[in-house]
Amino acid sequence: MTEAGWVEQALREHDEHHEHHEHHEHDAPPGRGRDQVPDREQQVLDRIDRARRRRPRVREERITMSHGAGGKATATLIEAIFLDAFRNPLLEPLEDAASIPVGAARMALTTDSYVVSPLFFPGGDIGELAINGTVNDLAVSGATPLYLSAGFILEEGFPVADLARIAESMRTAAAAAGISVVTGDTKVVQRGKADGCYINTAGVGLLERDVPLGVAHARSGDAIIVSGPIGDHGVTIMLARGELDIEADVQSDTAPLNGLVAGLLDAVPGVRAMRDATRGGVATILNEIAKSADVGVLVNEDDIPVRPEVRGAAELLGIDPMYVACEGRLIAVVAGDQADQALAALRTHPLGAQASVIGHVTDGPPGIVHLKTAFGGTRIVDLLVGDPLPRIC
Amino acid sequence: MKFVDEFRDADKAHALAARIAALCEPGRQYKLMEVCGGHTHTIYKHGLEDYLPESITLVHGPGCPVCVIPMGRVDDAMALASEPDVIMTSFGDMMRVPGSHGSFFDAKAAGTDIRMVYSPLDSLKIARNNPDKRVVFMAIGFETTAPSTAMTIMRAAAENLPNFSVFCNHVTIIPAIKAILDSPDLRLDGFIGPGHVSTVIGCRPYEFIARDYGKPVVTAGFEPLDILQSIYMLMLQLSEGRSVVENQYSRVVPWDGNVTALKVIGETMELRPYFEWRGLGFISHSALSVREKYARFDAELLFDVPGVRVADPKACQCGEVLKGVLKPWECKVFGTACTPETPIGTCMVSPEGACAAYYNYGRMNRNRVKEAVTIEVGRP
Repeated sequence: MTEAGWVEQALREHDEHHEHHEHHEHDAPPGRGRDQVPDREQQVLDRIDRARRRRPRVREERITMSHGAGGKATATLIEAIFLDAFRNPLLEPLEDAASIPVGAARMALTTDSYVVSPLFFPGGDIGELAINGTVNDLAVSGATPLYLSAGFILEEGFPVADLARIAESMRTAAAAAGISVVTGDTKVVQRGKADGCYINTAGVGLLERDVPLGVAHARSGDAIIVSGPIGDHGVTIMLARGELDIEADVQSDTAPLNGLVAGLLDAVPGVRAMRDATRGGVATILNEIAKSADVGVLVNEDDIPVRPEVRGAAELLGIDPMYVACEGRLIAVVAGDQADQALAALRTHPLGAQASVIGHVTDGPPGIVHLKTAFGGTRIVDLLVGDPLPRIC
Repeated sequence: MKFVDEFRDADKAHALAARIAALCEPGRQYKLMEVCGGHTHTIYKHGLEDYLPESITLVHGPGCPVCVIPMGRVDDAMALASEPDVIMTSFGDMMRVPGSHGSFFDAKAAGTDIRMVYSPLDSLKIARNNPDKRVVFMAIGFETTAPSTAMTIMRAAAENLPNFSVFCNHVTIIPAIKAILDSPDLRLDGFIGPGHVSTVIGCRPYEFIARDYGKPVVTAGFEPLDILQSIYMLMLQLSEGRSVVENQYSRVVPWDGNVTALKVIGETMELRPYFEWRGLGFISHSALSVREKYARFDAELLFDVPGVRVADPKACQCGEVLKGVLKPWECKVFGTACTPETPIGTCMVSPEGACAAYYNYGRMNRNRVKEAVTIEVGRP
């Protein structure tokens, strides 16, 4: 045996699809001139597009770090394993929070786990992240965050003083976001079976506004706005690990976004969708917009705010800030004619002071994000493959 | 950002593009090969081809370190990694390269101790901290990375570290370029010379390309303006009927290379009689092995390495892509069976691989995109 089983499998699938479509390509009317046949490169692109729309399958036999990176492997895992197992209309939109009817009201429900390493980093710690992350998932779904749960998985030997510090920072973060932690759970595992402290939080919020939000609502002409400089959190965590011998004056951007979101929704009726740009960064959100709404997305590299320190560190490490996580930034899709209004509303809030329109939704090739580079060229921005920065949140 | 933005200045790019276009003879087609995968990456990442006239085609060369590793060597590394008490260390690029039975990542998920390092020196740290384990560094790359492997071997020798060794897969660039020049199925007009390799070997080794094969060479830096300027310099030579070696990357590349780096390579490594390159086959005197003097750090001697030659999957056309005979998208399995998440060939793995660069950044119909961008710019 010289080839791994999956290679053979992949090639077999490829051949099946190939033959199938080859037929179609031969079905062209005999009189059709060569000029009207799309060029060969375009045919390949079309074939790739079809391949990408196929139902995703997990080929790996075991979970790898890529499955947690928020990129393609994560999306595949969610669609192929979890969505299949739990499929229901509330889950299917795969938004940051599910919108559930409760009597006459509608609630938003979300959950998130935190495994960041190190637990304490410049600008925050795992506790603050655990509150803000869940608050933000509720906020960008259009809900007013109300109550959170907190579950702790602790490793034998973990210092109580550190746990107290984490709890204290969760208290402060909860107060800042105006929510309460109303239920919880604690488990302890043997030394070596966890890395100090993991936290899970779930949250509920009230959906009071009657605006349907979701990336599937994006349409051609909409503006895409980012609420501030990107990549601070991911770069901070990477440098905080001290493995790279790089020092920079950066700190995590972790912050509750509910105030910023409320201000935006109050001022702008034409908000179509919001997402907080966590794992996988802004690039991942842009791809979700393009894919869910089946539209093109075009962004302008020059308009994407990135702090010089973050850009410098990312350049040195060969990482694109577009893929680096934020924990206090959102991407909003807004009707094109209300973009200025939205910018003005965001900029009145300290967390949105550097908000910027970074691009637009287009009728370009659907499902694809294009970037006009600062150099003046064009390229696509795809979902991330692999994981350059594991365990950042 | 200083020292970056100057090299990505769109106004200067427009000016250079105009000069390049002016040098094109009507009706003539130009094929220029960028030898180095780092250049391929820059070209796609910044959308550099948008600045080139249609008559200039960039052909992607073999200078991508993980792309040229044959499957058998990956299997050898995997066999080493699964020996008892071994910790394998590797650059991140190597982690996703498929062998016959999956990649380092798959092996890691299955429990094999494989760790990613940013520098081979980090492997020494791991060896010191794990005296009861045997640490093997998977050394890959051209003359660019060979000096750091050499330094690591010398450091290990100075410390008399008993539990560290190197699985040496270092290759040399000149034989690969020569193989391409001698390949009958490719006609090239000039070379964008590899910048990083040249910081070590200098520009002199390329002189035979200009002299014996009559092709101009310009050693280039890695920012988009560097590459655009190098293309201009090549076009200027072509328009004047000259073929010499020129150094665009003079801010980093000394004409005679880095003698200290060359010395440490020479101290610790020697040329192998032959080595297999993925897609290019066996090339004589094209790779390095650890010298006998440092045999106690040579994993090939310390361990039982299977050394079985493994044929590439039949559908994989990495060889043609590496030689520049095929554009990435012309490969039969490109983008459908072979994608960055499930790569079959090495060119789809490394960010420096031509297929990965095209798939991740360049997978678009330039004409259609130009229309879309023009419309977008016109939007009120």
